[in-house]
Amino acid sequence: MSHISPVLWQFLVKWLTNFSLYPPQASKIAPQMDALYFFMVLVSLIGLTIVILLVTAFSIMYRQKKHPIPVQIEGSTMLEATWTIIPLGLFLIMFVWGALIYFRVYTPPANAMNIYVVGKQWMWKAEHPGGQHEINSLHVPMGRAVQLTLISQDVFHSFSIPAFRVKREAIPGRYTTVWFEATTPGTYHLFCTQYCGTDHSHMIGDIVVLTPDEYKRWLAGSTSGSSLAQNGERLFSSLSCSACHNARPDARGPNLANVYGSKLTLANGQAQLADEGFIRDAILNPSQHVTQGYAPIMPTYQGQISEDGVIALVEYIKQLNSDYRIQQTTTTTTLLPESEGGKATPAGQKPAGQGMVNQ
Amino acid sequence: MSAATIVSLPDQSTARIPRMNFMSKEKGLLSWLLTGDHKRIAMLYLVSITFFFFIGGALAGLIRLELLTPQSDLMATDTYNKVFSMHGIIMIFFFLVPSVPATIGNFLIPIMIGAKDLALPKINLLSWYLYMAAGMLGLYAMATGGVDTGWTFTTPLSTHYLNTNVITTGLAIFIAGFSSIFTGLNFIVTIHKMRCPGMTWFRLPLFVWSNYAASILMVLGTPVLAITLVLVVLERTAGIGVFDPAKGGDPLLFQHLFWFYSHPAVYIMILPGMGVISETVSTFSRKRVFGYTAVAFSSVAIAVFGFFVWAHHMFIMGISNYSMLVFSLLTMLVAVPSAIKIFNWAFTLYKGSITFETPMLYSFGFMGLFTIGGLTGVFLASSGTDIHLTETYFIVAHFHFVMVGGMLMAFLAGVHFWWPKMTGRMYPEKISQLAALVTFIGFNFTFFPQFILGTLGMPRRYATYPPEFQVLNVFSTAGATILGVGYLLPILYLTWSLKYGEIAGDNPWRATGLEWQIQSPPLTENFPSIPIMDHEAYDYEWLEGQKENVASVG
Repeated sequence: MSHISPVLWQFLVKWLTNFSLYPPQASKIAPQMDALYFFMVLVSLIGLTIVILLVTAFSIMYRQKKHPIPVQIEGSTMLEATWTIIPLGLFLIMFVWGALIYFRVYTPPANAMNIYVVGKQWMWKAEHPGGQHEINSLHVPMGRAVQLTLISQDVFHSFSIPAFRVKREAIPGRYTTVWFEATTPGTYHLFCTQYCGTDHSHMIGDIVVLTPDEYKRWLAGSTSGSSLAQNGERLFSSLSCSACHNARPDARGPNLANVYGSKLTLANGQAQLADEGFIRDAILNPSQHVTQGYAPIMPTYQGQISEDGVIALVEYIKQLNSDYRIQQTTTTTTLLPESEGGKATPAGQKPAGQGMVNQ
Repeated sequence: MSAATIVSLPDQSTARIPRMNFMSKEKGLLSWLLTGDHKRIAMLYLVSITFFFFIGGALAGLIRLELLTPQSDLMATDTYNKVFSMHGIIMIFFFLVPSVPATIGNFLIPIMIGAKDLALPKINLLSWYLYMAAGMLGLYAMATGGVDTGWTFTTPLSTHYLNTNVITTGLAIFIAGFSSIFTGLNFIVTIHKMRCPGMTWFRLPLFVWSNYAASILMVLGTPVLAITLVLVVLERTAGIGVFDPAKGGDPLLFQHLFWFYSHPAVYIMILPGMGVISETVSTFSRKRVFGYTAVAFSSVAIAVFGFFVWAHHMFIMGISNYSMLVFSLLTMLVAVPSAIKIFNWAFTLYKGSITFETPMLYSFGFMGLFTIGGLTGVFLASSGTDIHLTETYFIVAHFHFVMVGGMLMAFLAGVHFWWPKMTGRMYPEKISQLAALVTFIGFNFTFFPQFILGTLGMPRRYATYPPEFQVLNVFSTAGATILGVGYLLPILYLTWSLKYGEIAGDNPWRATGLEWQIQSPPLTENFPSIPIMDHEAYDYEWLEGQKENVASVG
């Protein structure tokens, strides 16, 4: 080996010891996606081989020396139909197979635990329901469906976990979701894959998959004292939301108990499912989301609450399931609605939630 | 491949370049700058796009150098962002879009259809001036601080978060867009109205068909890009809020508009290249293109379907499941005409009489690399695998296989193929064959590792990366060095050949196109008298008959 230059030698050692051709499979969807991936690799290799074989064989058989007089051929409908229909058939298989996987990746199961992730230049902030939050890392339990609700505070980002084969864009002003079920404990790459400015390539982190026991210990050790919903409750009170959304019969705002997941009828007659995205929009842009039967008097909270704050509020509203709970919150506030909403805001608007809770 | 050749050159001791030709007709810089001659404008374009190609290429070199190591040690991340943004902008808007149509297409389309010039010669010159103005503005933006939006200008990053020359660069692309609209318009009018007697649609060379299809895309697609850029500028300057969710705008709308142009734009770039391959494969196997009609219509099919696939760039961005289904399906359909073309070219070789001059070598390179580029596109069209592969180096590799492996190979095939017609002199064959080989090897070394990097999850546009990706990145950079040599060689020997190349004569390849039946370089009027087309395209038997009759121009 002495005649190999040290630089080259180092390079070879590095190559042999630290070199991968394929990412680890650490989620339930990964083997399914890889099956399709390798099917496509196989089809591509066969297709490429056919093209190369045809070109090479014809080049040898019909080179000028061997075959000086060309034979003019118009074409062949049969042959052309063959190489139209076979690729079309294969592409259609890939289309259907791909769509099935796509639906699986983006349709979380009902029992998935939800973690909010806020992307901002240039970091990821994860908010666990128990109030734990972490930056540029995400701890998840193995063997349990985890749903991520993503939003960006500034520009487009993209939350990518190659080992799980999942990726979802974090979009400003809109919640997006993705889910996974980790299968192997370990630490995996988290990348931002959507170009987002100066430190795009530093917007990376670790996905830490823990066994259920380790996860429990991690949760206990990382608690911040109050849960996400409790933070939301505090905001609900300090922003005087409870002045109107007080769950009394004469309330100016719709009752928010059990509003999450219900079907609302908006002032313009449109039917609307009250999901996270709707609750968020109703807080930030109330005039466009007035529930039927209520005056558009709610002021906008655009620019007054951070995305983290909105998430806490949404989480709080999601968990409201009785009028009693709201009234308890209400007692902590002293502000009156007149001084805040109605007159002060010319657009005069009104809330999101909704009175006619249907379920 | 040594002895066998179809090249038939005139006797070098007596042959000379015709005294009257489009280059010798008038002298002086002004005669070039004010010319209305499509061939001279093509030459102006050829020089200008080569200039921009080398700037874009130098930027690519910087990217590969930075990625040699996992840290950002050659340049700061901000600089890196500017470098890859300018690389993309220059290569796409100032090289790939005009490459074949504005140079080879400009030179040949009128001749191929038997016309004296394009229908609107002054608009043609205007189009070059707009291109140059745009290019200079782009370079000015680059020299005075650059731009770091990426070539995709994604909002709200480009509208609210960057303080670089976004408006100047946007304006440059806006102007370049008009240049491309004018070129497309000119081609459409010319092909419709100026075909010589007997030149029916199905006697057109396939090069004309594919440029016609690309022209339709240019005329219908480019205005949308222009509008989008205007909206970005308005959003930046006046804050109109179309893309701003805080003002009720939709940040995703930008990407719909942008890709409505930019996806068809890749067909604008590749279709003319496919036209070149049809010509070279036919000529060097001395056979009519297998299934002429299918190849012609597949160009049009690509152009039509190409308009309805844009949202496949947004599968992971929360578009509805129904959108996903429609756009994934349509993207699969657009892959079929490309497959048809590849097989038709392969079968053109069947029972031909094949020789392996440089344009043919580049064409083989095109067929192999475009096949890989096309098939890996299917990985991204299938919505499931797209989730894992999009926004990674897989996409970078796929795009470069189509654009560099496909389009640039086709461009070089075309330049070598028509070089004797444009200049009257042959390029040196041996070294060109070597350059073609070097390009092919260097290309694969550069971009194949990127497929693996993408599968591993390495995101695109990263100045730094985890250390386990280094080996593949070193391969890629090493390959880029070889590729660089492959691109420098043609510049050197083609320049050399302008003075020392062998005299080519009218038809060195014994090809059938109308352009080969006239002198090289052509007269300013192309034809002494308007020709009459009395045979099909690629009719080699007609050509043999012509030789026996020693007849004059078709």
